[in-house]
Amino acid sequence: MPINITMPALSPTMEEGNLAKWLVKEGDQVSAGDVIAEIETDKATMEVEAVDEGTVGKIVVPAGTAGVKVNELIAVLLEDGEDASAIDTSGGAAAPAPAAAEAPAAAAPAPAASAPAAPAGPAPVAADGARIFASPLARRLAKLNSLDLNALTGTGPHGRIVKRDIEAAIAAGTGKAAPAAAAEAPKAAAAPAAGPSADQVLKLFDEDSYELVPHDGMRKTIAKRLTESKQTIPHFYVSVDVELDALLALRAQLNGAAATDKDGKPAYKLSVNDMTIKALALALRDVPDANVSWTDENMVMHKHADVGVAVAIPGGLITPIIRSAEQKPLSVISNEMKDLGKRAKERKLKPEEYQGGTTAVSNMGMMGVKDFSAVVNPPHATILAVGAGEKLPVVKNDALAIATVMTVTLSTDHRCVDGALGAELLAAFKGYIENPMSMLV
Amino acid sequence: MADTNYDVIIIGSGPGGYVTAIRSAQLGLKTAIVEREHMGGICLNWGCIPTKALLRSAEIYHYMQHAKDYGLSAEKISFDPAAVVKRSRGVSGQLNAGIGFLMKKNKVDVIWGEGKVTKVGEVTVSKTSKKAMEPQHPAPKGTKGEGVYKAKHIIIATGARPRVIPGIEPDGKDIWTYFEAMVPPTMPKSLIVMGSGAIGIEFASFYKTMGADVTVIEMMPTIMPVEDPEISALAKKQMEKQGLKFLLEAKVSQVKKGPKGVTATVETKDGKKQDLTADKLISAVGVVGNIENLGLEELGVKTDRGCVVIDGYGRTNVPGVYAIGDVAGPPMLAHKAEHEGVICVEKIAGKDVHAMDKSMIPGCTYCHPQVASVGLTEPKAKEAGYDIKVGRFPFIGNGKAIALGEPEGLVKTIFDAKTGQLLGAHMVGAEVTELIQGYVVAMNLETTEEDLMHTVFPHPTLSEMMKESVLDAYDRVLNM
Repeated sequence: MPINITMPALSPTMEEGNLAKWLVKEGDQVSAGDVIAEIETDKATMEVEAVDEGTVGKIVVPAGTAGVKVNELIAVLLEDGEDASAIDTSGGAAAPAPAAAEAPAAAAPAPAASAPAAPAGPAPVAADGARIFASPLARRLAKLNSLDLNALTGTGPHGRIVKRDIEAAIAAGTGKAAPAAAAEAPKAAAAPAAGPSADQVLKLFDEDSYELVPHDGMRKTIAKRLTESKQTIPHFYVSVDVELDALLALRAQLNGAAATDKDGKPAYKLSVNDMTIKALALALRDVPDANVSWTDENMVMHKHADVGVAVAIPGGLITPIIRSAEQKPLSVISNEMKDLGKRAKERKLKPEEYQGGTTAVSNMGMMGVKDFSAVVNPPHATILAVGAGEKLPVVKNDALAIATVMTVTLSTDHRCVDGALGAELLAAFKGYIENPMSMLV
Repeated sequence: MADTNYDVIIIGSGPGGYVTAIRSAQLGLKTAIVEREHMGGICLNWGCIPTKALLRSAEIYHYMQHAKDYGLSAEKISFDPAAVVKRSRGVSGQLNAGIGFLMKKNKVDVIWGEGKVTKVGEVTVSKTSKKAMEPQHPAPKGTKGEGVYKAKHIIIATGARPRVIPGIEPDGKDIWTYFEAMVPPTMPKSLIVMGSGAIGIEFASFYKTMGADVTVIEMMPTIMPVEDPEISALAKKQMEKQGLKFLLEAKVSQVKKGPKGVTATVETKDGKKQDLTADKLISAVGVVGNIENLGLEELGVKTDRGCVVIDGYGRTNVPGVYAIGDVAGPPMLAHKAEHEGVICVEKIAGKDVHAMDKSMIPGCTYCHPQVASVGLTEPKAKEAGYDIKVGRFPFIGNGKAIALGEPEGLVKTIFDAKTGQLLGAHMVGAEVTELIQGYVVAMNLETTEEDLMHTVFPHPTLSEMMKESVLDAYDRVLNM
């Protein structure tokens, strides 16, 4: 008996789509798996595959038809020995049983639920169908950590994905399962413009006018993570000027009061950066709604402010983390930062010392940068870009005065920190910097 | 003038060294192996293999003594110690000759003598200074001799030797090491065994079965201290039923030799001292790496506690000098040495190879009952911070075990509750040394509890207990 081919649902929420193109014509022989048509939605173009073999008996919906409802009959396939006279398209929607062909269309019970011949269920057509080889433990770990095995490279036997590959992906923050919308789209459509190829770039220069330096692991990670961040995180930016004079005075006072050991070495030497870390941590404590991470299912509300601090090192940068910075005295933050910074430069940090974190600080003030904006480094929802403190004329009480002013710019992930919340966080931060005694209590 | 230039020279032909040599040759590297005493090292000549031959004799003797349990009769059961030893030497000799053949087949040159790394890339082989343990198997034919040899890569695979406690030095007569214990001229009537590791407990088990009165002295609170405490406690209980005696948390402070054998002064934890007298004493308190006279110090090769320090690919701190096996540190097991060697030469040959993973190396002890394990023990898993699920299945619940007349034993499995990763497996009972490999494969393939539950195990076999133990960890055990 003839096999009905109906409009597939390309996603669980799709109701209708455009039949863009037929790749077969009436009379063509098809086998299961042959691509027979292309369907478009506002999000994607997808291919429709035949699930049975046979001859295309009738194309019911012509190419270029817009607004075809899901499960509407679009073509009929004839099995061996059948001819076109067997076709009865009056059934309309997918006919789950032979009897349905005789029943009036209106009587066909819930076709969407029972349509056995629908060529595509939600999404699976998108996968290229090739089996991904991964160990059972790797598959389970990927699931627990919301990683997409498609995005990982296996290092086990014959490229099998094994536990260490998952651990490496977690460490590098790669391979996260794409957000739902992207998952529905076919690969070709989801892939962003990858930029010009290596050949295209090199062609623009004379052959002896450059040297090629292969990327190391850190460079690849930076490129991958920041591309991912800029492509998947809707960034927005809030800037504010903060006055540093009170903070600088307090810093001088605190450093002057540091106890010294027998060699005359002070127990701590606070930097403006140390105080910035503390102020940001306290601000996040005060504005806990901004101390979050985005996941597709949940808002991760962090109980501590773990502040990553970008450290430039030869060949790249790394972001060691001061954990629970809101609880730590400035002297502890300062000494921890010295140790982490030193070991970061020697590339001797342990993964747990630079993975995770709830926010980050990137300070280019020491290089004289006035202001800049940074790229959010997930799982963080915010990053604070800190410029140089400069003496500037300011207006105070309607009179000109001199103040040491620093511009900071907060980049945030708009999915979880909205504009007003970002502004609130910056206001709290400004409060601590301009009234630094409040950081000590 | 014979060619003396090689890609790889391996010093020591134990299970680590000779396997490394074969793999090296397979990879197309020109390979030579230096041996001063016996092809196959301690393992084939004075360790793993000849003890298994002795224990097999003991096992059959045990069954003959218990023939009645199986409805059989055997009368005038006895043994000839010389014949038991002769069989063991024969087994060893056969395999020893086999190594010579394997070297020839794989075109690995054998250089007979004592090797020393005189500089990076150079091995000087001189006459053997060590007095060989008798009876010695003959050297293979067609070996090269003393001289200076060159190699881009030199792999130290010199193994280990018994640890000696000052004041209790083995004399070959009353105080034995595994060497003498392997070839007893007569069966001692009474025996003290110092140390309850694999070597000590296997000899204790052998001599006990052959009729000796055996006392084992162990410093730690459990026997076979590396094993899961639940397993070693069960093993101890069964051995005590056989008449073996144990003194735990005890050490031998002094040994006196008299006309009637040895008298050992044993100090227990509570400070009490007692004297034990026996025909012989076996010192089995561990082994130390053979790192001497190899030129390592002169080259600046780093060592730590008697072993060469290496990375996951057998590389020492000196480029071109490698170490594998016992001399490169614990666990001192033949199969660890073999794998370490294979990784080492594959890396040398530029193969894409992963560093040695020591977390999945099984261990087997061939005492009666047997003990076998892989991975983390229950205390170690907890110490490592895992939230665990533990499965247990006793032999009494297994049809094959009962048919065999071996109803005592336990299969224990430990899973990470969060991921279902098999963290460890521990067994005591009949044939468990042959069973453990199932779990080792499972761990290496990174299976979870789910895959093990979906695997069909043949009935009736002891291996069914391996599945039942997994089911028990998830409260789904069937036959209990």
